[in-house]
Amino acid sequence: MDILTYLQSLSLSNLLSRMPAAIAQGLIWGVMALGVYVTFRMLDIADLTVDGSFAVGGAVTVMLLMAGWPAWAALLAAVIAGVITGLCTGILHTKLGIPAILAGILTQFALYSINLRIMGQANQTASIKKFGLIFDPESHGKGFLVSSLYIPQAILVGLIIAGILIAGFYWYFGTEQGSAIRAAGSNPAMIRAQGININTMQILGLALSNAAVALAGGLMTQFQGTADVNMGRGSIVIGLAAIIIGEVLCDALFRKGCSFAVRLIFVVLGGVLYYIVMTIILWLRLDPNDLKLLTAVIVAIFLAVPYLQKQSHSSFKRAGKMALKNEKEAHHA
Amino acid sequence: MLKLSHINKTFNLGTINEKAALRDLNLHLEPGDFVTVIGGNGAGKSTMLNAVAGVWPVDSGSITIDGMDVTGLPEYKRAKYIGRVFQDPMMGTVPNMQIEENMALAARRGRPRGLRWGVTKEEKELYHEKLKILGLGLENRMTSKVGLLSGGQRQALTLLMASLQKPKLLLLDEHTAALDPATAAKVLELSDAIVEKDKLTAMMITHNMRDAIVHGNRLIMMNAGQIILDIRGEEKKHLTKKDLLDKFAEIAGVQEESDQVLLS
Repeated sequence: MDILTYLQSLSLSNLLSRMPAAIAQGLIWGVMALGVYVTFRMLDIADLTVDGSFAVGGAVTVMLLMAGWPAWAALLAAVIAGVITGLCTGILHTKLGIPAILAGILTQFALYSINLRIMGQANQTASIKKFGLIFDPESHGKGFLVSSLYIPQAILVGLIIAGILIAGFYWYFGTEQGSAIRAAGSNPAMIRAQGININTMQILGLALSNAAVALAGGLMTQFQGTADVNMGRGSIVIGLAAIIIGEVLCDALFRKGCSFAVRLIFVVLGGVLYYIVMTIILWLRLDPNDLKLLTAVIVAIFLAVPYLQKQSHSSFKRAGKMALKNEKEAHHA
Repeated sequence: MLKLSHINKTFNLGTINEKAALRDLNLHLEPGDFVTVIGGNGAGKSTMLNAVAGVWPVDSGSITIDGMDVTGLPEYKRAKYIGRVFQDPMMGTVPNMQIEENMALAARRGRPRGLRWGVTKEEKELYHEKLKILGLGLENRMTSKVGLLSGGQRQALTLLMASLQKPKLLLLDEHTAALDPATAAKVLELSDAIVEKDKLTAMMITHNMRDAIVHGNRLIMMNAGQIILDIRGEEKKHLTKKDLLDKFAEIAGVQEESDQVLLS
């Protein structure tokens, strides 16, 4: 009986009405996932800086908006702040020999204090009312790029920004420098033998990655009208979730494997799908406090699947069982 | 072309694992020399090649390539002058990048990596022609990921890549050791062809004494971090396996019998 009333209380139209906002916000997470993709897939580094750099992007954006900067300029400043956070982690890792994961954790840890310094308190709000949206002629080009109050425009801008970023990444990683970054994560010995300074490539990759993440943080701040010192918590996991969802889908749809550009598109799509799933979970009235647990479980499962698949083909346990079986058969015969 | 003067290198200095890997090593290669390097395990063959490549700094001594002192240059800066093929076929190429992308990376060895396009159209045509020489059909698979190739194919590709931009020095570190005999023979033949065609100065480590005798114009034998034998020219042409074993026993002493086994 309880289940019935629970089901009756769920309204499909309510879910559908939430979808556009979910897509708009998902696109922003998709932009962040593109940044995570650079470190996770190309440099083969799980860069934990992103939890901090996302919030830095937010903090810088909100303060500059409050100071009256045009929204686009605030975003640009956020991107530069993101580059600096990436440089920090890169230098800790390459010049000071700290393992990449630890270097990221250190930067992220330090950024908590820095973000509090930037905002002066745990959170700040910048009202869109001051400028309006960038589409609004009254804003004189200074308005917000995205806002939760204007969902269709937010989706449009999200698509444009993600598109520009994908095109940019596609171009950059096709250049000599970008190729070197891709190779650096895959075969460091070969890269040195080709005369490439692997440290430089790692620093470049980390800076680029965190720039995209901070951009997403800035966009999220404009979308929500607020920045919080904790807004980046778990970004790395969300980024990984988006990448994995995107890649699984991509490989499922394109049997022959998909090109780099298509893969990047699917990473953004992964971010959107991730957020849609989260919206559905909230719609089901599960406790929002459990979201992080659910996300972690999902990411863990998807990360584990390739390994377990390999194991099922060849493992000691299986080999042992086969040997035992053969022995028995020989015994019976 | 290459001059090693009084090179010393000790690993794990001051620990129980201390090992003097190179001891007052001297070597002078003329332009066009193709030197085969033999010696037992731990003789310092790979250490010598790594010292030249700059994998780590030497403790003392100087390394000069074509008149330039490179002793103080890190590996990635020396790479400009040196082409390398490693023992492990997996080490010389990037598995998740295409054949043509790998070649393009190698063709720019030692040059700054800018924002020009990674593989140009003209390059693709050039690589197509170059790959034909290998006779492995790779010219028709230029956009395949290198990870899909066999060990022998990858070694052949690495060899070709090392010569795309003519190196002052080609270092082959037991580059056929991980291959089956037929593939190894093919890769060796290719090595000869490339060295000859581009008039390269090369050093090749091998555990196969016959290969060491047949290939190259000069043979050096190493023991305990030093060069104990250096044979060239006419003398090398008439060298036999027995000569080498005799000389080795004579110089290194009879107690090295176990190493003789490893050399054969």
